[in-house]
Amino acid sequence: MSEQSYSADARVVILGAGHAGGSAAAFLRQYGFAGPIVLIGDEPHAPYQRPPLSKAWLKGEADAASLMLKPPAFYTDQNVELRLSVAATAIDRAKKTVSLSDGNTIDYDILIIATGARARRLPIPGADLYGVLELRNADDAEKLKHAIGPGKRLAVVGGGYVGLEVAASGRALGADAVVIEREARVLARVACPTLSNFFQDYHRAKGVEFELDAAVDAFVGDEGHVTGVRLADGRVIACDAAVVGVGAIPNDEIAGTAGLALDGGIVVDEAARTSDPAIFAVGDVTRRPLPLYARMHRLESVPNALEQAKQVASAITGRKAPAPEVPWFWSDQYDLKLQIAGIPFDADSIVVRGQPDSAKFAVFHLKGDRLLAVEAVNSPPEFMAGKMLIGNGKAVDAEKLANDTVSMKEVAA
Amino acid sequence: MPKITYIEFNGTEHQIDVKPGLSVMEGAVKNNVPGIDGDCGGACACATCHVYVEEAWRAKVGGAEELEKSMLEFAENVQENSRLSCQIVVSDALDGLVVRMPESQH
Repeated sequence: MSEQSYSADARVVILGAGHAGGSAAAFLRQYGFAGPIVLIGDEPHAPYQRPPLSKAWLKGEADAASLMLKPPAFYTDQNVELRLSVAATAIDRAKKTVSLSDGNTIDYDILIIATGARARRLPIPGADLYGVLELRNADDAEKLKHAIGPGKRLAVVGGGYVGLEVAASGRALGADAVVIEREARVLARVACPTLSNFFQDYHRAKGVEFELDAAVDAFVGDEGHVTGVRLADGRVIACDAAVVGVGAIPNDEIAGTAGLALDGGIVVDEAARTSDPAIFAVGDVTRRPLPLYARMHRLESVPNALEQAKQVASAITGRKAPAPEVPWFWSDQYDLKLQIAGIPFDADSIVVRGQPDSAKFAVFHLKGDRLLAVEAVNSPPEFMAGKMLIGNGKAVDAEKLANDTVSMKEVAA
Repeated sequence: MPKITYIEFNGTEHQIDVKPGLSVMEGAVKNNVPGIDGDCGGACACATCHVYVEEAWRAKVGGAEELEKSMLEFAENVQENSRLSCQIVVSDALDGLVVRMPESQH
């Protein structure tokens, strides 16, 4: 990688005031960057944490202030200029300017693109009915919160993590919930069958219904309001509101139009730099190297946003690059704490440790004797030790791993 | 308001007024204190808010519960006085608390 130096009073413009963009500004200041920072976001809110939107916030256990990434005083104290409710419309790389939706143009020396991802929409009839919702931001969550409560019936289209978290929160609020999934099992694209089956059973025991192998043909409604979800077999699943959680699409169009390299997201290097040395990109919008797996990948997670925010802040301030991290994710549903470390690319064997029936178990994915990923339910030691083993690449004894009377300390030794 | 002193691994001190009810982790993150990231937002899921509680404060702060203990077991640079700061709730009784950060969060 070529070493690029930046002037200490360079003007940094950050497009996107989410977790990644807000953290990039914060780490730049932590690392001593003293130049001007402008943080531009198209939502009316200063950067906030999204994970609680489907969990604690939805259940009313966290208020709006507690979601804020930093308190309002941070932006004045740290001299970070916030421009909210403004979107970037074009980047002129030759002139180093960005055009904004309010008609203004802003100059940059260094640009950081943190535009995130948006919910994938289903191109089917009725998708614009009132009560057909998605969950990406605070405004979406506010609408959803109003739509669920005792006696309400919620249809969740898509059995991914967001869908299952919403179903669990809906049940906690007294709503009925039915999860409609195109594949034969929930979490089909992100978890192994053992985990999928466990979550299905657990949700069923909590009163959630499932429609699996079920394609959605249309949303049906009455006077503009959704009343049901029509499946390909003709049945209509009645509901008062429907939440669609079928994946996300990176908001990389502005980068593509400006001629930056794209590949299902903005392509960046280990320092979060794009194909233009004056432009970085961080968070959900990027396709980034995963050094531990020797491949490029797009991650949607807070740890990824923070890791890349540190990479870019280090590169700009000339600080030593942070060591590569093991990607990880978490989800809370009911009293279940799911922690996942690593990604099981090319795994050739699976080891289950503990009993799924006890709601305390972990699934390890190995290639040969190397651990690639661990999915841990209510099992922090398995998660923590697994994350360490994925990072250090030590050989793992599968027999010891499968035997939960052998401590994870010993397995990892 | 209770004053908490955060000491970075390199010795830099930050004295911060933290509202009772917030966690020691939240007090650091909201005030941009380097070394405490709190990736998981306080769910006791990541161990990126690991601190050492100054000896004089250990009894008042108390020990870790089982979940936190099992996270700490595999955190880096763990000592007797290690805690995850997302699990320490600030109160008037903790006015003056001093916590230090481990090398791994430097």
